[in-house]
Amino acid sequence: MADVETTHSTRDRLSTWLQAFGPLLALLLVTLGFAIADQVWGQGRFIELRNFRVVLVQAAPVAVAALGLTLIIISGGIDLSAGTASMLCATVLATMLNAEYSVTLAVAATLLAGSVCGLGNGLLIAILRIPPFIVTLGTMTIFLGIAKRLAGGSTVFVDRSLMPEWLSNLSSTMPPDWSSGVPRIAGGVWLAVVIALLVAIALRYSVFGRHLFAIGSNEATARLCGVNILRTKVLVYAMGGLLIGIAGVYSFSLVKMANPVEGIGRELKFIAAVVIGGGSLSGGRGSVLGTLAGAAIMGVIASGCSQLEIQNSTQDIMIGVIIIAAVTFDQFRTRRTDA
Amino acid sequence: MRGISKRFGATQALDGVSLEAFAGQVVALIGENGAGKSTLMKVLSGAHTPDSGSMQLLDQPFTPRGPHEARQAGVAIVYQELNLAPDLTVEDNIMLGIEQHRWGWVNRSKQRQRVRDALALLGHPDLTPQRRIGTLSMGAQQLVEIARALVADAKVVVFDEPTSSLPQQDVERLFGIIRRLQQQGLAIIYISHFLEEIREVANRYVVLRDGKPAGSGELANTSNESIVALMVGRSIDTLFPNVTHQLGEPVLCVDRVSGRIVPQNISFNVRSGEIFGLFGLVGAGRTETLRQLFGLDLQTSGTIQIRGLTTARRPSARIRAGLGFVSEDRKSEGLAQGMSIVDNLTLSRLQNYSRCGLLNLPRRAANAQRWMQQLNVKARGPHQTIGNLSGGNQQKVAIARVLHQAAEILLLDEPTRGIDVGTKAEIYRLIGHLAAEGKAILFVSSYLPELMAVCDTIGVMSRGRLLEIRSVDSWTQSEILKAAISV
Repeated sequence: MADVETTHSTRDRLSTWLQAFGPLLALLLVTLGFAIADQVWGQGRFIELRNFRVVLVQAAPVAVAALGLTLIIISGGIDLSAGTASMLCATVLATMLNAEYSVTLAVAATLLAGSVCGLGNGLLIAILRIPPFIVTLGTMTIFLGIAKRLAGGSTVFVDRSLMPEWLSNLSSTMPPDWSSGVPRIAGGVWLAVVIALLVAIALRYSVFGRHLFAIGSNEATARLCGVNILRTKVLVYAMGGLLIGIAGVYSFSLVKMANPVEGIGRELKFIAAVVIGGGSLSGGRGSVLGTLAGAAIMGVIASGCSQLEIQNSTQDIMIGVIIIAAVTFDQFRTRRTDA
Repeated sequence: MRGISKRFGATQALDGVSLEAFAGQVVALIGENGAGKSTLMKVLSGAHTPDSGSMQLLDQPFTPRGPHEARQAGVAIVYQELNLAPDLTVEDNIMLGIEQHRWGWVNRSKQRQRVRDALALLGHPDLTPQRRIGTLSMGAQQLVEIARALVADAKVVVFDEPTSSLPQQDVERLFGIIRRLQQQGLAIIYISHFLEEIREVANRYVVLRDGKPAGSGELANTSNESIVALMVGRSIDTLFPNVTHQLGEPVLCVDRVSGRIVPQNISFNVRSGEIFGLFGLVGAGRTETLRQLFGLDLQTSGTIQIRGLTTARRPSARIRAGLGFVSEDRKSEGLAQGMSIVDNLTLSRLQNYSRCGLLNLPRRAANAQRWMQQLNVKARGPHQTIGNLSGGNQQKVAIARVLHQAAEILLLDEPTRGIDVGTKAEIYRLIGHLAAEGKAILFVSSYLPELMAVCDTIGVMSRGRLLEIRSVDSWTQSEILKAAISV
């Protein structure tokens, strides 16, 4: 067997490269495809800088929540409650602003709500040892119910005067301001970049990050190596919950209102971003760069389709095709290295 | 089968191997792990196509394009691991893939008749076809597995190490079944490396070594020694290198420890520099004992002292106390197959590389590289995925992990299972050197010759009890076996 292991190193390197940059390559191709299509059939607005700002602002909340799910999925878990939890957080924020609490307090309570949602999931999964799919399927509707009760059964609108400027600017799609030399993009995008960097560093360089990969890759091995599985699992869901809570702040700032029902099905978008980015639902694999690319791909498709006046239904079909294509490509790649 | 060759990448798995099985005879296919036995059988079953060579079944050329075709043609294989669906009934399992049906609707009565016939052929018409597999014992499950092999009108039946997961009384029953099938005029290929078993059931033998034919003949006029020599291809002395080592103070003291089912009330001490062998049949409770020492399983009574201290019942606490555990099950427990060598090697002691929770990755990789060199792990580099390594190299990484975590007491569960002879010799030498460094080693194995050759002390377990501990010089092989099968 020894000889097998010393050959094919070029192919091996290519495969590692593809794993790392494959999703980015896909993003480039999708963007290029739409740019060309738009030049030929559209009005050529897709390629404009202004449009990219819109794409970024719209992709940022998905990206932040998807980063939370990346952590969870790497550890071999899943969070189906992410969608309703993020809208629960948005509802908390809206309600508190309406009750004229200070903004700091309102945002802190929102993030706390997200973390508590995640913590609850984590505790149920780790202590009761119920599969994450089932636990979060249950909490998904629990969170929806709580949010509905909080919102009084309808949408919570917030008066503009009660919103600080930074909160409304978090997802602003105003035209770029070049006065300072660097393009001023909405604060939310920068925040997402900072969060992504932190998550990436945690995944690669922290003990916690290595433990996540180990648990997702083989829980028995992790246990054997003295990894505290209970604590790590609870922690990862709580951290995921925090990021999902931040995504809730984003979605509130984008539409300036909170409607709990909007959260239904949103988790699938987050999960799709992770999967398109090369995350494996059986755990042990996933990357920040991939997830960001996954979120961006979905944003580009949404924007491109609207520029080209393609129907919403076509857009859904395209995203579905891309999910399946991404996983197929990924499996094809891993199978080749395993052989 | 004549002149079969098969190559995987750069590995010549089979090289000009021939095998003949006659109706009404049992031919034993013997060889160490990795000798190519399983590959040869995969060629026979159609799972692999040979690169060269030919096969004939009942004087007809036989070129199965897949396992299903081979099964239809009358080649039945009983695999080492049971491949049954636990939630289906006996009948559904036996008929899986060859259901009797008309337009997709299962013909129950016809199907039940065939299942009954197959079970009767095995001499077990008492097995109820409606039972769910999950409720049956291992021995009964294997019966179902064999029945499944027979039900498709088999001409040739292959048994791939069928006794490895069976208790003793089921082994006897299995041999009875094999003789019965032999009398029915079936050709049987029996794969094993236990010579005692082979003598009991087989007429002829074929030995493979490193994918090449090493010899064949009638069992009746061949001695065990000459078969072993054919298998190993070298003398026993080089297989079991002797490293001198000194025994020191007791470092692991186990006092009347019991678990939920096994072990029951076991006590023993292991001294530093000692290689302590634990022998027993499958199910005797050896693995459970190790798992309990390592804090993985529930301990109901008794005390465990590690270097004079009792610790919390958690693997992390036991690791800190100086224990290191190498699991018998590399695939599903011992190693994270999808992760890299460096990740696997350092997982149990990441604190060394962390400052404020952040890891020094280059230093980690360099250290892993050092251990890989020390243990002679053949790989492209520390970042290669574990799953792509051979069994022997995986095992070396698993051992390197406990050495990396600076364990003073090593719990090795079947450390030489599923690895090639050359690597086995390396691992024996390594164990000797570790003992010479003053580490204590608890060595669990089902392979008595290696325990006899490597250990200072051997304890024998049976049904959860540790029956007797003696220094290796005062045991004989038959005494140990007798103790292991006693009640």
